[in-house]
Amino acid sequence: MPTEQQISGWGRFPKAQGQQHFYRSESELAALVAEHPHCIARGGGRAYGDSALAGVMLNSKHFNHVRAFDRDSGLITVEAGLILADLLAAFVPQGWIVPVTPGTQFVSIGGMVASDVHGKNHHVDGSFGQHIQSLRIMMADGSIQQCSATDNADLFHATIGGMGLTGIILTVSFRMLPIQSAWIRQETRRCDSLDAVMDEFEQSQHWKYTVAWIDCLSQGENLGRSVLFRGEHASRAELPMPLAERALAPKAKRKLNVPFNFPRGLLNRWTVSAFNEVYFRRAPEKRTDFVDYQSFFYPLDAIHNWNRIYGKKGFVQYQCVIPKAESREALQKLLGLIASAGEGSFLAVLKLFGPQDGLLSFPTEGYTLALDFPAKPSVFALLDRLDQVMLEHHGRIYLTKDARMSAHTLRQSYSELSHWQDIANLYDPKQRWQSEQSSRLGLRQSEPPKEAQNS
Amino acid sequence: MSQNQTALIIGAHSDMARAIANQLASEGYNLQLAARNAQARLARSATDLILRHQGEVNCLELDVAATDSHADFIEQLTPLPDVVVCVAGVMPDQQSAEQDYALAKLMIDTNYAGVVSLFEGLAPRMASRGTGCLVGISSVAGDRGRQKNYIYGSTKAALTTYLSGLRNRLASKGVHVITVKPGFVNTAMTEGMDLPEKLTAEASEVALDISKAIQKQRNIIYSKPIWRLVMLVIKHIPEFIFKKLDI
Ligand SMILES: Cc1cc2nc3c(=O)[nH]c(=O)nc-3n(C[C@H](O)[C@H](O)[C@H](O)COP(=O)(O)OP(=O)(O)OC[C@H]3O[C@@H](n4cnc5c(N)ncnc54)[C@H](O)[C@@H]3O)c2cc1C
Ligand SMILES: NC(=O)c1ccc[n+]([C@@H]2O[C@H](COP(=O)([O-])OP(=O)(O)OC[C@H]3O[C@@H](n4cnc5c(N)ncnc54)[C@H](OP(=O)(O)O)[C@@H]3O)[C@@H](O)[C@H]2O)c1
Repeated sequence: MPTEQQISGWGRFPKAQGQQHFYRSESELAALVAEHPHCIARGGGRAYGDSALAGVMLNSKHFNHVRAFDRDSGLITVEAGLILADLLAAFVPQGWIVPVTPGTQFVSIGGMVASDVHGKNHHVDGSFGQHIQSLRIMMADGSIQQCSATDNADLFHATIGGMGLTGIILTVSFRMLPIQSAWIRQETRRCDSLDAVMDEFEQSQHWKYTVAWIDCLSQGENLGRSVLFRGEHASRAELPMPLAERALAPKAKRKLNVPFNFPRGLLNRWTVSAFNEVYFRRAPEKRTDFVDYQSFFYPLDAIHNWNRIYGKKGFVQYQCVIPKAESREALQKLLGLIASAGEGSFLAVLKLFGPQDGLLSFPTEGYTLALDFPAKPSVFALLDRLDQVMLEHHGRIYLTKDARMSAHTLRQSYSELSHWQDIANLYDPKQRWQSEQSSRLGLRQSEPPKEAQNS
Repeated sequence: MSQNQTALIIGAHSDMARAIANQLASEGYNLQLAARNAQARLARSATDLILRHQGEVNCLELDVAATDSHADFIEQLTPLPDVVVCVAGVMPDQQSAEQDYALAKLMIDTNYAGVVSLFEGLAPRMASRGTGCLVGISSVAGDRGRQKNYIYGSTKAALTTYLSGLRNRLASKGVHVITVKPGFVNTAMTEGMDLPEKLTAEASEVALDISKAIQKQRNIIYSKPIWRLVMLVIKHIPEFIFKKLDI
C-alpha cells in the first residue's frame, strides 16, 4: 500500500495529500480502477495547478512503450505514459517530430491529449487533438473502449481536452511530422509596443511557428513591448556546413539546475523589471539564425527545477485567450492592470491562435497571454480582476494552468461545458474520475459547488 | 556508438533493466533480453526497443535461480555478448525472511548463487575471446549489515566480493568487471516506500551511470554517486556504536 505523500503540480501550489499508484500493464490498471472508487490519471505532473491531484492518483510513468510505427505514413501508436522527451530522443534522429508540442518536453503523451495542448504552430496546425487518429481508453467500469472521430466520436471529443475526467487514456495513435533536420530557422524581431507585436503576428500568419515574449511590467508607450520569434523547420539544403553534418543530431546541451528553493522576495518588481529591460535591450531589431529544436521549443527545460525560483509557496500561471475581435482592447486593459500592480513575473508569452472547435479544449481564435505569479493573496486579488476583464471580453482560462479560478468563471467562459458534461456522465455515471480541480470547479456538476454559490 | 556490439540483459522485465536496455540500444547495441516467461512478457519491450532504436532484439528464457539450466543457456547465445548486465534480484521483506528460511534461500539463490553460476559460465568464453564486460548489480545494502535488511544485504555483500575477485582474475584477459551499487532507486521493488528524494535515483539515471562505467571501464560505481560518501560514513561507524543504532 503506497504511503500518503504531499504532492503538487508544476506550480507547487496548491499542495495536496494523496497516494500514487503505478501500473505496468492494462490488467494491473484495471485492478487499481476496480479497487478505488475515485481517482485521477497522472502523467508528467506538468499541469501547473490541481488538475492531476487527488486522494488517489494513477501514475502512467511505467506504461510507456512505443507499440507501432509506420515509416510510410508516420502513424505512431504509443502508451500514454510515454514522456515526450523520450519519444523525441528516439525519433528526431530518425527524421520525425511531433506535429504539435507544448513548451516543455517533460509531459506525457496522455497529458498532451487530456489538455489538448497547443504549440507555436496553432494558427497553422491546430491543437494536438487534431492530429490524433484514435485512442484507447480504460473506462470507469474497467472496460476498454476504442474511439476516433468516426467511432464513439462523442467519447473521442470529450476525452481530448477532457482533463482525465472521461477515463484513463491507454494508447494514443497520431501522425508524426517528417523533418529533414532537427534545426529551426528562426527570425527574431523586436517590437516596441503591443500594437507593433500584434501587427507583426498578423503579418507572420504564413510562418509555421510564431510566439512572442512580452514585457508585462513596462508601461505607457512601452506597454506590451515584445520580442517576436518565428520559425520554420530548416531543410537539409539550407543548413550551413558544421550544422548540415549533424542535421538530425544536434549536440546535447549542458543542463543547469536550481538546487534549492529561492527565498521569497528575490523576485520583485525591481529585479524582474531589470531582467526584462536587459532581455529586451539585448534582443536584435531583426535577426535570422539556426537554433536546435530543443532550444527553440523548450528553452526552460535547460534549467532543471526552475519552478523552485518562486520559493516554497509556489506560483500560479495565468493563461487566458481573448477572441480576436476583442483582443486588442482586452490586452491593453490586462497589461495595464498587471503593470500597475507590479507583481513580479518574468517575461510572459503572447501568441495568436487560429480557429478551433472543441468541447473543453482551451484554444479559440484570438490572442493568448500566459504569465507566472508567486502564489500570494495580493496576486489572487489581481487575478480576480483580470478574470473580470477576461470575461467581459468573452475569453477563457486554460484549465491545465489553473489553480484558482471560480466555478462561475468556468461556467461563463466554456460554452460547451454542459454538452461535455452530458457525455462524461454517460460514460462515467458514478463520477468516479475526480481531481482536486474537478471538485473545486464542480466540473462534472451542472451547478457550481455549494461553497462557490455563496461567494 | 557501439555498432554491431551485443548486450545481454538478465532479469530484463524489471524497470531498471528496461532503462538499461533503452540506454544501450540508443548507443547502437543489439540486445539479448533474458527473463522468466520471456516470450509472453518481453514482447512489448522488444517491439518498443526495435521501433525506438532500430537494432536487433532477441528474447530468451532464463531463470537465474535454476542453475542447472545455465550451461545450456550460455551455449545457445549467438553471438556471445560483448556486455552482460545482470539485473535480476529479489528483496522480500526482512522480517518474513527471518521467519521463513525459504525466503532467505531465495535471496541467496537469486542474488548470489545464480549470478555466480552465470558469470562463471560466461567468464572463460569471454576470456578466450579476449574481450568482454560483465556488470553485476549489487547494492549499498551489501556495504554494511543493518538489522532492517541484513539477509538481503549479505547476499549483495557476497556478490560484491565475488565480483571483486572475478575482476582480479579477468583483468589480464581483456575482460572487464563492473560492480554497480545503487542506493535507492524508484522501481517496482521500492514502490510505496517513502524514499528520501535527494538520495533516490530514477532507473534511467542508473542506466546512464552504467553506460558511462562501461565506456570508461570503471570498476565500482555508486548510483547516485553521493552514496559513495554516505556509505563511507556508515562503514566507519565503530561496531560497538553501530550495533545500537536503528538506521
Ligand atoms: C514549462 C511548461 C510549458 C508549457 N507549455 C505549454 C504550451 O506551450 N502549450 C500547452 O498547451 N501546454 C503547455 N504546458 C502545459 C502542459 O502541456 C499540460 O499541463 C500537460 O497536460 C501536462 O502533461 P502531463 O503529462 O505532465 O500531465 P499531468 O500534469 O500529469 O496531468 C494533466 C492532466 O492530464 C490528465 N492526464 C494525464 N495523463 C492522462 C491519461 N493517461 N489519461 C487521461 N488523462 C490523463 C490528468 O488527469 C490531468 O487532468 C506547459 C507546462 C509547463 C510546465
Ligand atoms: N530498487 C532499489 O532501490 C535497489 C537498490 C539497490 C539495488 N537494487 C538491485 O537492482 C536490481 C534491480 O532491482 P529492481 O529495483 O529493478 O527490482 P525489481 O523491480 O524487483 O526487479 C527485479 C527483477 O529480477 C527478476 N528476477 C528475480 N528473480 C529472478 C529469477 N530467478 N530469474 C530471473 N529473473 C529474476 C525479476 O523478474 P520477474 O519479473 O520474473 O520476477 C525482476 O524483473 C536488483 O538486483 C536489486 O537487488 C535495487
